Amino acid sequence: MRKEKTKTMRKFYLPLAVLLLFVVIIGGSWLRILNEYWQLVLLFMGINIILTVSLNLINGYMGEFSCGHAGFMAVGAYVTGILTVWLFAEDKVFGPPVLPAAWAIPLFPVALIAGAVAASLVGLLVAIPSFRTRGDYLAIITLAVNYIVKSAIENMEVIGGPRGFVGMKRVMNNMADVLDVPWLLIWTFIGIIVTILIIRNFTSSTLGKGVEAIREDEIAAELMSVNTRRVKVIAFMLSCGLAGLAGGLFAHWPGGYVNPGTFTILKSTEVMVMVYLGGMGSISGSIISAVGFTLLLELLRPLGVFKWVVIPLLLVVMMLLRPTGILGNRELTDVFPRLRAIFGSEEESYAPASD
Amino acid sequence: MTLAIFLQHLLNALQWGSFYALIALGYTMVYGVLLLINFAHGDIFMVGTYVGFFIATFLLGVVSHGAAPLPPWASWLILLLTILGSMVVTAGVGVSIERVAYRPLRERGAGRLYLVITALMIGFFLEYLNLATLGSADRGFPELIKTQVYSVGGVSFTNVKLIVIGLAILVMVILELIVRRTKIGMAMRAISYDKVAVPLMGVPMNVIIAATFVIGSSLAALAGIMYGSAYHILSFDMGILIGWKAFIAAVVGGIGEIRGAMVGGFLLGFIEIFVVALGQISGFEWLSSTYRDLVAFTVLLVILTIRPTGIFGVARRQKI
Repeated sequence: MRKEKTKTMRKFYLPLAVLLLFVVIIGGSWLRILNEYWQLVLLFMGINIILTVSLNLINGYMGEFSCGHAGFMAVGAYVTGILTVWLFAEDKVFGPPVLPAAWAIPLFPVALIAGAVAASLVGLLVAIPSFRTRGDYLAIITLAVNYIVKSAIENMEVIGGPRGFVGMKRVMNNMADVLDVPWLLIWTFIGIIVTILIIRNFTSSTLGKGVEAIREDEIAAELMSVNTRRVKVIAFMLSCGLAGLAGGLFAHWPGGYVNPGTFTILKSTEVMVMVYLGGMGSISGSIISAVGFTLLLELLRPLGVFKWVVIPLLLVVMMLLRPTGILGNRELTDVFPRLRAIFGSEEESYAPASD
Repeated sequence: MTLAIFLQHLLNALQWGSFYALIALGYTMVYGVLLLINFAHGDIFMVGTYVGFFIATFLLGVVSHGAAPLPPWASWLILLLTILGSMVVTAGVGVSIERVAYRPLRERGAGRLYLVITALMIGFFLEYLNLATLGSADRGFPELIKTQVYSVGGVSFTNVKLIVIGLAILVMVILELIVRRTKIGMAMRAISYDKVAVPLMGVPMNVIIAATFVIGSSLAALAGIMYGSAYHILSFDMGILIGWKAFIAAVVGGIGEIRGAMVGGFLLGFIEIFVVALGQISGFEWLSSTYRDLVAFTVLLVILTIRPTGIFGVARRQKI
């Protein structure tokens, strides 16, 4: 009886911990205890978490090799940025704001979702060829889509072409004028939670189990009545859409501009590195590596150019010592079972039957 | 478009495609044997160019006294020595990368994708080591052979252009012969076919793999020196874009196939040159060089959608 009670209590530990983190980060930023530099680092950390967890669905769970994640991020960034600037800010191209500034606060997530939807539609460009193509050939297609998106943006003079698109700063300022809280950090935090929930629930759903079945053997999965096409389309659209969400958040960073040069293959590579560093098919691994990698980049900043000499070497050494990333394909709760005793009330009830 | 202009662009496209093809050959050789996309290959091309640059500058400094021009045989000798020296050094770099970074992972049975990430990291390392030690200023590759411009029927071309195209085709023929006719080529194809049984037959797997890296890296060095002779500009990031595009060329041709790398490389060269040319001729201002990548990659996307394993690639049957 008592055990039952603690079990129901445990259900709330994880949400409580997340809420506490939320309060600490947002409160700290609001009260200016965290200075602007650390807020920026936290923002990039959050965006990297979303990117890494979403790419993990394709590269980790599905075992495909997508190396064009930055392209979808770019779509989200531009669509969200253009929407918010058009709706809520004075702009040279789009003229005066369509809606009063106060509306920006409730409608900001709508713009984010619009960016995510646009990115997931571009994701179809990858999803449809993936019906017939696999492995390295699909990698090329993702790469080509990355280049196509970047090149297309560079050739659209209306949105700034290669110089980039500005104006998001005014949107953020307008929002801050109405109510002065760190809006971007709040939405990033919510974005992370939404991403993790979507990926976690999708991969543990019946449909999502098909993703792992495709990784193990596509033909066998097809024979076991997995609708591989449907699973692939959903997985690609989810992953690309979440990348678009990350892009939409990124577009509103305090710098206030995005340019196509940000969304090159280098950015895609960075995300891929974080996925592999954390371990393929591990959400907690992705979170740890995204946080760790962002911190590492900041800590090594004093090295200047040598930063990019040291980091690859560190990663190569790490690959040699731990060839499957930090967590492999396990979750944190698998590595430290006591965590499950504290947090995971649900997982405990249907703990994986040993195979 | 008159015939002369067409031939002019064709020559340019052949030269541009030769670089893609030479680099794509390195990708395809390594892939054919190891099934590894060696993403560091574009940067090995960069290393080859820089090594060639240093050897050539050194040799020119030793030989030349004053402003007197070198006799032709001396400059040809320097070019030959530069190519050979750079090929040897770059092959050494390629093999050491294989030995230090790839082989331990391979022997531990790590997944292919981890190897790919390691390759990407090695590429970064090479680029930024160059940037950090040599600085960000572009360097000019010395003019080893005097550029001569010939003109036949309105089509003008340089001797460098002819050498580049000729070498690329020669290299492909030699490689095809090595892979098809020699013992080491047979071993390469065998390892590609079956990694478990072939070593049991007494084929020294690591030696064959090292040989593959030697061939691939030295071809990248050759491409690098040709590139330097043709365009004269060196920068630390010169290998990135050309490397990715050469990889794409290899895949479009059918990765693992030597003919495929060649055809893919030339095809990509043609597309890129003719997009710009058509834009100039047809008066469509919007079809300018900024659209080059867009059109090239869209065409590749279409090709891969129609033929998912590239032009020469054969889909491997899978048994369950």
